[in-house]
Amino acid sequence: MDEFLIRAVAGGLGVALIAGPLGCFLVWRRMAYFGDTLAHSGLLGVAGGVILGVAPGAAVVVCCLLLALLLVGLEGQRWLARDTLLGILSHSTLSLGLVALALVETVRVDLVSYLFGDILALGWREVAWIWAGAVLALGLLVWLWRGLLAITVDEDLARVEGVAVARVRLAFMLLVALVIGAAMKVVGILLITSLMIIPAATARRFSATPEAMAWLAAGLGALAVLAGVGMSLMLDTPTGPSIVVMAALGFSLGGLFSLPGLSRR
Amino acid sequence: MSSALLHAREVGLAIDDTVLLESVSLSLAAGEIVTLIGPNGAGKTTLVRVLLGLLRPGRGEVWRAPGMRVGYMPQRLPVEDTLPLSVARFVALAGRYSGIQVQAALAEAGAGHLPDRPLQRISGGEFQRVLLARALLRRPQLLVLDEPAQAVDVNGQYEFYDLIQRLRRERGCGVLLVSHDLHLVMAHTDRVLCLNRHVCCEGAPREVSDHPAYRQLLGREGSRHLAVYPHHHDHHHDLHGQVVGHRHG
Repeated sequence: MDEFLIRAVAGGLGVALIAGPLGCFLVWRRMAYFGDTLAHSGLLGVAGGVILGVAPGAAVVVCCLLLALLLVGLEGQRWLARDTLLGILSHSTLSLGLVALALVETVRVDLVSYLFGDILALGWREVAWIWAGAVLALGLLVWLWRGLLAITVDEDLARVEGVAVARVRLAFMLLVALVIGAAMKVVGILLITSLMIIPAATARRFSATPEAMAWLAAGLGALAVLAGVGMSLMLDTPTGPSIVVMAALGFSLGGLFSLPGLSRR
Repeated sequence: MSSALLHAREVGLAIDDTVLLESVSLSLAAGEIVTLIGPNGAGKTTLVRVLLGLLRPGRGEVWRAPGMRVGYMPQRLPVEDTLPLSVARFVALAGRYSGIQVQAALAEAGAGHLPDRPLQRISGGEFQRVLLARALLRRPQLLVLDEPAQAVDVNGQYEFYDLIQRLRRERGCGVLLVSHDLHLVMAHTDRVLCLNRHVCCEGAPREVSDHPAYRQLLGREGSRHLAVYPHHHDHHHDLHGQVVGHRHG
């Protein structure tokens, strides 16, 4: 096996490990579109990183966090529905990022690799960063788990029971931003949320506890990475989208297996 | 018995130009059951949220006994179908408690047979008991119940209020109860506050039910309940001695 393949698989598995469990919370909290919006703003972060000479991964995390804070700040407003607001921010930040990158002509940026990922071009350094981000995020998630689960079920009840709701929510957004930063090189900012949502959605049918669903989502994400890289090699297809196609295939197969009889107890 | 748990002084709240609460004062002591009553849209839930510290009042002050443990039963608690959660896990979300404590709380709330059922697969009445179990798990000094018996038939409601009264007696906790039906809670409450953005009247249940402001606010329905009330009251007390016989009322 070529070394670039080992690096690709290692990076992809690192991302899948955290994307699955975190994706469960996006599913439970109905925040899929929120995740998408943060991911799209990542391109603005890339542009900022290029202009300021900062590593794109770090710039993406910072940019996602700023947008998450902006969204928290706008939460109280009632003149626009939440999904409309997300739609506006999602596409305007994406376009702003594209425009900004075009204006910085001095630097040649491989746009497609940011949009759809370039997992086969991962260096060991990047793999190390991905794993550092994934392990940090996973640790944070374990630490936050009970509080996060409590506010996911009901924020009022959690607050009465002493959960620092605002802090937990902020930490959750930090986690999503971290994962987007780590996953950008693997599936690209346009496809990142699918790696969080699809394995989680597949895992739902086969899980009786939140923890089981989170671990299963991590495992299914890892399988999708392996199968996607394999498909990409055999059919010479783009790797990021191949991974997502495999995740979607898994979801469909899961649907077949859980037809009446095998479905939720 | 008379240690104060909660005190609100002239609480007011307006969002945009809509007045939700106007100069509401209320206090509640340990061992006391206070019922908030009023028509839909009277601001009962808003007041509860202010008292719990979930909403900041625009005016006035709310004081809660320092370190007080509160058990809260919200009016509605929709749980996503995508979240695989058993009844026991849901109850355990209240904090760090052992499985034995969780099971004891479930049993106390009359839901001891449910721990392994998925939360989305139980009836409204069962869910209500599960919510109560979660509130009880915290050994609350104050129990706040927002329209607790909505999903249950009348007999189930009486049974539920009996349970609340027993808990109050056994544990000496204060209870703040929200209801839109004085008739139902009358025999189970010490004090009633009739709310319609402001406090229309307050006092013992019988005083309030005779009060012109209450009759005006809840109109003919209020009077009807008033007429029916003594019957149910007697009924309840007659059968109370026979333990659970009141079910057949």
